[in-house]
Amino acid sequence: MSLDKYVLLVILFSGLVTWLSRITPFVLLKKFTLPKIVVNFLSFVPISIMTALWVESLLVQHLGSLPSLNVENILASVPTVISAVISKNLMIIVIVGVVSLGVIKFVM
Amino acid sequence: MKVTGDLTARTGFKDTIPTAFGYIGIGVAFGIIGQSNHLSVLEILLMSLITYAGSAQFVIVSMVALHANILSIVLSVFLVNSRMILMSTVIAPYMKKESMVRNIWIGTLLTDETFALSMNKLNYTEHRLAYSWFNSANLTAYLTWFAASGIGGALGNLITNPEQFGLGFALVAMFIGLLYLQIITDKAIRLGIQFSVVGFVAVIMYLGMALIPENILLLLVALLGCTFGVTLKHVFR
Repeated sequence: MSLDKYVLLVILFSGLVTWLSRITPFVLLKKFTLPKIVVNFLSFVPISIMTALWVESLLVQHLGSLPSLNVENILASVPTVISAVISKNLMIIVIVGVVSLGVIKFVM
Repeated sequence: MKVTGDLTARTGFKDTIPTAFGYIGIGVAFGIIGQSNHLSVLEILLMSLITYAGSAQFVIVSMVALHANILSIVLSVFLVNSRMILMSTVIAPYMKKESMVRNIWIGTLLTDETFALSMNKLNYTEHRLAYSWFNSANLTAYLTWFAASGIGGALGNLITNPEQFGLGFALVAMFIGLLYLQIITDKAIRLGIQFSVVGFVAVIMYLGMALIPENILLLLVALLGCTFGVTLKHVFR
């Protein structure tokens, strides 16, 4: 098994910046408390990020023009959303999602 | 497997199982793609162990294949993962009573997925999180990702198109589920405002895709979504 020096450096430095992004807020906020307005602002992070990650999967980027649609993922999202409303159970939602996309890929 | 208010390490593991499916799918895909771009299994495993950066690892593989210089790769990784700063800032206040070492450890293994899980968990625990629960969720995700990427790297040529089994959709389905559960259980923000933010983020994401690489767009859109939400909350109080 080979380990290229260039690849190793990429792994180490990428790891370092990622780690710093992850831990810096923990280190700083151990000492400081955020003002109310920032807490209010941050309360929208979960739905904003989850929506953004979902929508990203429904689109195919072509820089310079509007994205095209990932039809398979859009179709698979329909039963997934319905199963979320009915079951409210993450395990069921994930299984319905995976099976839906599997079936759609098989049919299309 | 319903989410409960229990915050033990055992529950942390159980709560993360649905996510693990997604990690297996994407992790195996990462290993296969790494292998097909001439990374050794050792390099693939080290990247998952040390860099541990989900989507950014795909970016790294594509840039390494082009022999991009290290600085530009590191800068891209930073931009792709800068949303981690936002997520850590949200989690940190819940860990304030824990020691500095524990705070750093939770931050070290925090991901999109364990972040989303913990946000959902808050709605069942009277807005508390515990170190043992979080650590166990983080470790489950970390080890699953590590193992899956190694398996993908080892299988290599055997499976050419891992996406064909639909496993990659597991994480998307998880985000759909957690988003829905978040909206219906978070009583601190009115329903109308939540749906408005979801709609706003979707539209900005669509339009932004024309101009900004999607990985970097994620952070920008999240910030705009928060600004929009906080403004609405202020106007319609």
